[in-house]
Amino acid sequence: MIRAVPPLTLLLLLGPVAAGLWGVIRPAFGVLPAAGFAAPSLDPFRALADWPGLGAAVRLSVGVGLLATALSLALVTLICAGWWGTRAFRLLQRLLSPLLSVPHAAAAFGLAFLIAPSGWIARALSPWATGWDRPPDALIVNDPWGLALTAGLVIKEVPFLLLMVLAALPQVRAGERLRLTQVLGYGRMTGWLKAVFPAVYAQIRLPVYVVLAYSMSVVDVAVILGPSTPPPLSVQIVRWIGEPALETRLVAAAGAVLQLALVIGALVAWRLGEVVVARLGCAWAERGGRGRHENPLRRVSLVLGAGSAGAVLAGLAVLTVWSVAGFWGFPAAWPQGVGPANWARHGPGAGSAFGQTALVAGIATALALVLVLGCLQAEARTGRRPGASAMWLLYLPLLVPQTAFLPGLQTFLLGLGADRGVASVILAHLVFVLPYVFLSLADPWRAWDSRQATIAATLGAGPGAVFWRIRLPMLLAPVLTAAAVGLAVSVGQYLPTLLIGGGRVATLTTEAVALASGGDRRAIGVYALAQSAAALLPFALALALPALVWRNRRGLHG
Amino acid sequence: MDRGLKLERLVIRKGAEVLLRMDRAVPPGAVLTVMGPSGSGKSTLLAAITGTLDRAFALEGRILLDGRDITDLPPQARGVGLLFQDALLFPHLSVGGNLAFGLAAGGSRAARRDTVVAALSEVGLEGYAARDPATLSGGQRARVALMRTLLAEPRALLLDEPFSRLDADRRGQVRQLVFDRARARDLPVLLVTHDAEDARAAAGEVVTLSGKLG
Repeated sequence: MIRAVPPLTLLLLLGPVAAGLWGVIRPAFGVLPAAGFAAPSLDPFRALADWPGLGAAVRLSVGVGLLATALSLALVTLICAGWWGTRAFRLLQRLLSPLLSVPHAAAAFGLAFLIAPSGWIARALSPWATGWDRPPDALIVNDPWGLALTAGLVIKEVPFLLLMVLAALPQVRAGERLRLTQVLGYGRMTGWLKAVFPAVYAQIRLPVYVVLAYSMSVVDVAVILGPSTPPPLSVQIVRWIGEPALETRLVAAAGAVLQLALVIGALVAWRLGEVVVARLGCAWAERGGRGRHENPLRRVSLVLGAGSAGAVLAGLAVLTVWSVAGFWGFPAAWPQGVGPANWARHGPGAGSAFGQTALVAGIATALALVLVLGCLQAEARTGRRPGASAMWLLYLPLLVPQTAFLPGLQTFLLGLGADRGVASVILAHLVFVLPYVFLSLADPWRAWDSRQATIAATLGAGPGAVFWRIRLPMLLAPVLTAAAVGLAVSVGQYLPTLLIGGGRVATLTTEAVALASGGDRRAIGVYALAQSAAALLPFALALALPALVWRNRRGLHG
Repeated sequence: MDRGLKLERLVIRKGAEVLLRMDRAVPPGAVLTVMGPSGSGKSTLLAAITGTLDRAFALEGRILLDGRDITDLPPQARGVGLLFQDALLFPHLSVGGNLAFGLAAGGSRAARRDTVVAALSEVGLEGYAARDPATLSGGQRARVALMRTLLAEPRALLLDEPFSRLDADRRGQVRQLVFDRARARDLPVLLVTHDAEDARAAAGEVVTLSGKLG
């Protein structure tokens, strides 16, 4: 029976993606029988081309995606090159879990509340430095070039890529490589870039592609920080889906196909860029420069890294202040009064959204854990590990843009007569939760000393007893961490909840993003904080529970 | 009846290459020592007997234990006890819990607890049942691991360099203890080692593997 788990997992992972793409491609070419469109045509694409905002929307999508990915990767690389193994780096490492678990939407709101003309930064500098006694009339958030959107993506993708690099470093024996370059007289950064980075990049290539695909097609962060007339393509697709006229659904499908093509094109361009950078990098390495003047760059990287982490944390702080703020005039740095009034007003709504969020996240994560543990057990029984191509399959739902297949999955599920409710939303969340749970759990699960299983078997324990009584208890900590990762991923999902739930499933994320246009900062503070808490709490429990359960078992304290 | 452990025309192959051949019988209470450098297939032989041989290997011949053919039985049904060079006590169970895991299911709680307490005092560890295994010394862990194995009432004992991680003065003690306990239970013992002193102390037949393969 356990052998059926890997194929079932692949079906649940890739089935929705395939069905969703099929459900987008057909209407994009004019076929949507349920709405009476039967004859294939190119009209949807013509209508898409006639939309005056198309050029700008495409430029935004591609530009923001490439820029955010390049900046995130560059920053992570420079921080690691300049500071790996130092105290500053270990501090950043300790901040990683909380930074990672803050949902994208909450981080975006926090950043907006910092950098807006009436945000915390302007308040802190006014009026003594700026002379402003009212907010300046400048479009900083929602700027037409998507710079605020890019910044909002970078502060969340830096911790993600940093985590991936940290996992890759021991595999490529980074310490030995670095010492070797230092013996040859290379500076720390130059040696790292020339000898460690190429090997690390080969390990983190797929996560970098995920960041690129995600940054090009993100919806919730773009609604909060991106321009609105015209918005990035992904946001416009969602707007079209929301319109009542059936013809616009066809245009939305055409837009989704275009989005997919853009992502594929950008991935190909990135791959070609890798080749060029590799050539240049090899030539640079062979010139033999030891890097005498790298200290300024090293300091800049630390400032930027600290700024990126600080933006997320300060964002949480300003959200907290807004959530309890009474009257708060510009340019005061603090509200005149604080109190629980905002929580009293929005608490009940946030509470019921918290319930929905927990229900969806809990079931999706539980399913993902069962499937992933089943896959890993099947792997242990058969002795066959998934190869490189299986890793691509695992990453596929993260590489195909959500806007490209979720609209099709929505029509597909409606065609099946499936209810637009919690169950469908859970299945959609599972598609994104599964890969992250697998990636989080696979390495510690495989690193377990299998001689323990041999010993238990010679003591008479069958495979089931070994799993339940030995392996699972010993691996409690990584299992709970994987569960926390799964919960955080589910809590942060916006588009699957919105589209598949058809507006009937209200989670903290959909409610918070819906507040973006209204600009009620107190309500946003409450919802974004609740959303962050929903993602952070499981991580705290995943740390605390094993320490509590195994408090008298020193052998299990990592 | 044919008591003891019998390896009947055993051949282990990896692909087309023969890794090792073995045709031996170990009578109850006797020790067969298998020596050879690392990579000579010593641990592979033990894996074949415990039933945990990697798929990359092919096994021919038969393994008989007290006359019963165990060649194709799953590991948990073979009645073969095993000690590695590390004690590998389960870190999430107490010392007593580790022993109770080895003890066959059944019997009242009180009876099981008495058996565990008696097993601990047999190796000089009275009062250790509630201890965290991580707080034990290397020699104490080795003794607990031995009793855990013996409580499962195996009909043969396999030793995979079980003394190599112990410091020199403990090694002799633990080695003597293991051989004594095995002899007291009339178990056939198969010892795999690269330490000539182990072989001398075992005072039994010695087979040396060539080790031409990795």
